[in-house]
Amino acid sequence: MSVTVEKPGPGKPAAAPETTRSARSLVDAVFRAREISIAGALLLLVLFTWIAEPRFLNDQGIKDLLLNAAILVLLAVGQSVVVITRNIDLSVGSVVGLSAFACGKFVSGTDHGVLTVLLLGLLVGAGCGIVSGALVSFGRVPALVVTLGMLYIIQGVDYWWAQGQQINAADVPQPVLDLGSGSVLGVPYLPLIAFAVLAATAYVLRTYRGGRELYAIGSSPEAARLAGVPIRRRVLGAYLFSGAVSGFAGALWLARFGTVVADNAHGWELTVVSAVVVGGVAIVGGTGTVWGAALGALLLTTIGSALAVLKVDSFWQDAIAGALLLAAISVDRIVRVRMTRALRKRSAR
Amino acid sequence: MKLRWDTAVGVLLVAVFLTGLGTTDGFASRDNLAFAFNDIAEVALMALPMTLLVVAGQVDLSVASMLGLGSALTGQLWDAGWAFETIVPVVLLVGVIGGLLNGWLVTRVGLPSLAVTIGTLALYRGLASVVLGSGAITDFPETYAKWAVDTTTVPGTFLTYPVVLFIVLAAIAAVVLHATGLGRSLFAIGAQEDAAYFAGIRVKRVKLLLFVVSGLISAFAGVVFTLRYGSARADNGQGFEMLVIASVLLGGVDFDGGKGTLVGAVAGVLLIGVLKNLLTLNDVANEVQVIVTGLLLVASVLTPRLITTVSAWRHRRAAASTS
Repeated sequence: MSVTVEKPGPGKPAAAPETTRSARSLVDAVFRAREISIAGALLLLVLFTWIAEPRFLNDQGIKDLLLNAAILVLLAVGQSVVVITRNIDLSVGSVVGLSAFACGKFVSGTDHGVLTVLLLGLLVGAGCGIVSGALVSFGRVPALVVTLGMLYIIQGVDYWWAQGQQINAADVPQPVLDLGSGSVLGVPYLPLIAFAVLAATAYVLRTYRGGRELYAIGSSPEAARLAGVPIRRRVLGAYLFSGAVSGFAGALWLARFGTVVADNAHGWELTVVSAVVVGGVAIVGGTGTVWGAALGALLLTTIGSALAVLKVDSFWQDAIAGALLLAAISVDRIVRVRMTRALRKRSAR
Repeated sequence: MKLRWDTAVGVLLVAVFLTGLGTTDGFASRDNLAFAFNDIAEVALMALPMTLLVVAGQVDLSVASMLGLGSALTGQLWDAGWAFETIVPVVLLVGVIGGLLNGWLVTRVGLPSLAVTIGTLALYRGLASVVLGSGAITDFPETYAKWAVDTTTVPGTFLTYPVVLFIVLAAIAAVVLHATGLGRSLFAIGAQEDAAYFAGIRVKRVKLLLFVVSGLISAFAGVVFTLRYGSARADNGQGFEMLVIASVLLGGVDFDGGKGTLVGAVAGVLLIGVLKNLLTLNDVANEVQVIVTGLLLVASVLTPRLITTVSAWRHRRAAASTS
C-alpha cells in the first residue's frame, strides 16, 4: 500500500528553474491538490443546479446550504484529525446524540446562557473522546473495534437516559435557539463557528509541531516512535479533540433544531467518514487536510440539497451519494497512480 | 497456560447458557431456543464470509445494505408475479454482481476495502429504496414463508431451517479456513500481503472471491429476512453491518488480519444471540442490551491485551527477584 508522506496542499511552492518544468509541476500541483478537484466538482454541481433551478442560489438557498453543512463540517474536521493518525472514530454519531440530549435536558425550562450550553456539550464530548482515546492509545487495541464498542455504549446510555422522551423547542431558552437561527451580516452563526474551528484546526495541523507529528504517526507509526514522537499522547489528543468537537456539534444541533430525540445523528458516523474520505484524507493515515475534509462534507450535503431542488426522487439520494463517493476515491487513486508512474519515468530519464 | 480469547468466548457462551437454564423459566423450552437462534440467523450467515474477509485483512461494510437490496428485489419481483424459484437465483446473481463491484474496486483500482464498502453501503441501500421505495410488500404465501419462520423446525429438534443452513455453511467455512490451502492463504494475506504475493498466492483473485461470496450470502440473507418477517422493505437489516462485525471481532478474530478462528467467530455470534434472548426474557431494556454489546466488544479487544501486559509484568518481577 503506498502512502504519500508529502502532504498535498494548496499554495505549496512548486518552484523549478526552467519555465517548462515549472509549468508542468504547476499542473502536477493542481492535480495533486485534492482540495482543488473537490472544489471544482462542488462548483460544477452548484452551477448545474443553479442553471436548472435559479432559486437554488437565492439568499435563503445559500443560507440553507451553509446551515446544512455546518454540523457535518465540524464532525469531519474532528474525524480527519483522528484518521490522519491512522485511526478511526466510529462513535461520533452517538456522541452528537448524547451531547444534544444532555444539553437539551440541561436547558429545558431554564434560562441558561448559550455559553454554558456550548461548554456542557464540549465537556460531554470530551469525556467520551478521552475514554475512546485512552482505550486506543494506552490499550493499544484496534481503533475500529474500540470505537464501535463505544458507539454501542454511548448510544445505549443515551437511549436509556432518554427513555423515549424528547426535548421540545418550546422548552429551550430563546438565546440558545437564536444561536441556531440567527445570523450576522446575512451569514448564519453556525457556518461561521464551523469555519472558525476549521481554520484554527488547519492552522494548528500545518504550523505546530504537535500537528505535524499527527501526520508522522499516520505515515509510519514505527518511524514516528523512533523519531521520538509521543505517540500515545498525540493519539489521545486526537480522540479528545474529535470527541470535544462532536459534543460541541451536539450542542449546536440543539440550537439548530430545538427538538431533540435520543437517536439524533444515528448512523452519522459513516457519513462523516465518507466526507473525510471524499475530501482526500487517506483512510490509511498520513495524508490529507481538514480543508479537504470540510469540502468533502460540503459536497455531500450539497448533493443532497441539489437532488431535492432538482426534484430527483429522494429514493435515489443514497444511491447517487454512494456512486459519487466511489467515483471520487477511484479517480483520485487512478490519478495518483498515473502521477507516480510519470514522475518515476521522468526521474529515470 | 495461555488462555486464548476464542476459548474464553466459548466458555463465556456456555456459562451464559447454563445461567439461563438455571435462572430463567422458559429459556430452555424448545420454542424459545428455536426463536433465540432463528432471531440472529441473518447476522450469523453474514458473519461467516465476514470472518474470512477479516482474517484476510479486509472488511465488508456493505453486507446489511446488500441484505436490504436482496429483500427489496424479492418483494418487488414477487409483487410483479415472478415465481419464487426464479426470484432466488436473480437475487443471488445481484449479490454476486455487488460482491464483484466491491472486489473489483479493492483489487483492480487498489482502494482500501473500508472506504470502498462505505461507498457501496450507501449505493446498495440506495438501490434498494429505488427498487421498492418506502413501502413494504407483505403477502408472501405460507408455502415459502414457513421455511424461515421460527415455528417450523426440523422434526425432533429445535433447529429451524435457516439455522440448519447456517450450521452447514459454518462447517464448510471452518474446513475451508482451517484445512485447505485457500484458508492458509487467507491467513498469509492478512498477516503480510506482500509476503503472501511473493510466496505465489494469487492475492487479488482470492480477495475478489471473498467479496463475491460475501455479496452472495448477504443477498441470500435478504431472502431469509424477508420470509422470516413476511415483509420486504428497503430498510430491512439497517445497521446490521455493525452487529456482524461486532460478533466476528467478539469471537477473537483480529481486525488487523492474520489471526482468528471460525469457531471463535461462531461463538461470538451465538454469545450475542443468547445474551440478547436471555436479557429480553428477563425484561432487561433494549438500551441496556446495546450497552452490554458495546462493553463485550471493548472487553474482547482489551482482555487479551491486559493478560499479555500483566503476564509480562509478572515475568519481569519474577526475573528481578531471582537476580
